[in-house]
Amino acid sequence: MRNLALVLLALAFAIPFTGVGNYPLHLMVMALLWSFIYTSWSIMGRLGLVSFGHGAFLGIGAYTVVMLWNLFGISPWIGTIVAIAITLVVAFLIGYPCFRFKIVGHYFALVTLALSEVTRLIIVGMRDITGGSLGVTPKSALSDGATWSLSAMQFSSKFVWFYLMLGCWLVALYVWHRVDRGMNRLALEAISEEEDAAASIGINVTRAKLSVTLLSATMTCIGGVLYAQYQSYVNPETVSGIGISLQMVFGVIAGGMFVMLGPTVGAIFLLVLSEGLRVLIGNDILGIDTTIYGLLLILFIIFMPKGILGAFLEKMRGGKGLGSSRI
Amino acid sequence: MDSIFDIFLLEAVLNGLLLGGLLALLSLGLNLIFGVIDVVWICYAELIMVGMYAIWWLHSAHGVPLMLAFVLAIAFVAALGAAMHHFIVRPVLNAEPINQLLVTGGVLFLLQALATVAFGVEFRNIGVRLPGVNIGEMSFSLSRMVAFGVAAVAIAVTYLFLNRTYMGTAIRAISQDRTIMPLMGVNPSRVYLLTSAMGGGLAGLAACLLVLQYDVHPAIGLSFGPLTFLICVLGGLGNLVGGFVAAFVFAQFISVGGFFLQLEWGYVIAFVFFIMTMFWKPEGLLSKRR
Repeated sequence: MRNLALVLLALAFAIPFTGVGNYPLHLMVMALLWSFIYTSWSIMGRLGLVSFGHGAFLGIGAYTVVMLWNLFGISPWIGTIVAIAITLVVAFLIGYPCFRFKIVGHYFALVTLALSEVTRLIIVGMRDITGGSLGVTPKSALSDGATWSLSAMQFSSKFVWFYLMLGCWLVALYVWHRVDRGMNRLALEAISEEEDAAASIGINVTRAKLSVTLLSATMTCIGGVLYAQYQSYVNPETVSGIGISLQMVFGVIAGGMFVMLGPTVGAIFLLVLSEGLRVLIGNDILGIDTTIYGLLLILFIIFMPKGILGAFLEKMRGGKGLGSSRI
Repeated sequence: MDSIFDIFLLEAVLNGLLLGGLLALLSLGLNLIFGVIDVVWICYAELIMVGMYAIWWLHSAHGVPLMLAFVLAIAFVAALGAAMHHFIVRPVLNAEPINQLLVTGGVLFLLQALATVAFGVEFRNIGVRLPGVNIGEMSFSLSRMVAFGVAAVAIAVTYLFLNRTYMGTAIRAISQDRTIMPLMGVNPSRVYLLTSAMGGGLAGLAACLLVLQYDVHPAIGLSFGPLTFLICVLGGLGNLVGGFVAAFVFAQFISVGGFFLQLEWGYVIAFVFFIMTMFWKPEGLLSKRR
């Protein structure tokens, strides 16, 4: 298993040198980016902390960095640190009271959803500097035919982005693995089963939940930075608010929330689905691709609640539980 | 200078009151469904959007008289609510809560996309605009006043239905205890279906009132959808009276906040207030402090 993983990894590293075109490479970069973000979400989602507010962290990451760069010329690398600091403060301000006062289930999902809407509205409301709903483009640092600028985190070559995203994705998988093996997972699983009982055997519920929330939020914020820098364009609708927050949860559920590569499978699935429908159907009839997309998502949740990878692994193992399975 | 300032503030407060009536109606159906079935329909605002399109299609595209179009639209959205329960919510009733939330989120995307396929992304309006009403130096929109009145009547009727009829009693009973009531001879699936149809009908009614004030487009649900279920949560999910109070509180924040700043900031203040309140009273505004 481990050897197979190493071989696949080596193959992944070699992909840009096989002469693939720009479009397939772009798709792979996007798949890696969303895999990174979905995996970040699932770190807390799988432990019973279903957040519909990760659009907030994605938006904070994307907009903080672009705004600092455009307004003050502050390098995105420093901007990333500022964005992470803001994310930690926001995640703490939301997380601590939620966990302290036992806001769980529907209520947690809806409070976090409010957070992602607040973020979107603030971005739109500050339209004088953020460009409002029209979105904003980071100023280009690539003058005189330069192809990259390290300090501005701008690279015109997709090669660089591919390796950057690949690295982030691998780190996310490693973090997932560490959390999975750590004491915190056992604590949080106990908490998600029965919070009061877990507290009674000495688990610090608030601390366990908060640590995994801050971790997940920070990684999502970094995902927002990467998204903004790679796309060179951000829009409040695509990085914050209800749409993207729901899409994140969908992706993870579609792939399989309880297995390491589930979010990755979900990201690839959603990307292939949306791109495939776009290419197959084209833009002749507006909205037909999203209709099929929505329909498939509904069917998925009704008939395959454990996700693609989850259902596949379960079948292979003869229907055993997946609570602690790993891949 | 001071007196002019005050009269505009008063106007904002009164407009907030009118908006509160409408928001109370918007959240009533959603709250009812949650209270009885224990599932949050994230797509509730999209049902209203469908209702608005139904009215536009009947009235503006096919010349059906407006009042008849209203009645047909309410019936159609009520049927849609029942179908929504039968085909989408029923299969996941015993699934994880997150799956229930998500499946209704899927319906949100689906209805938006279907509306885009059927009607495009243009803004449509039925061309009926009620005049403004001036009282002293303050001006109010008549459509908002009508909306407030209709919403008040609808809320009163729903309340009487739940408290004075046999079926209403059954609905309240099932929301209090899901395991015992079937033993007492109440058929829960029938109650669920009826509640969903009622929730849909209320969405249709809200559509009638909204279509008089706003143009309809596929993404219109997103502009008041989040607001609607935050009101329900603020009032305590399933607590109809709490939702009613919360709607007026929210409307004041939006209206008065929007008066001092821009409209978005009114929403931001309302949402931040919502988040703060959740920490203070997690079970809703009217709950007793734990």
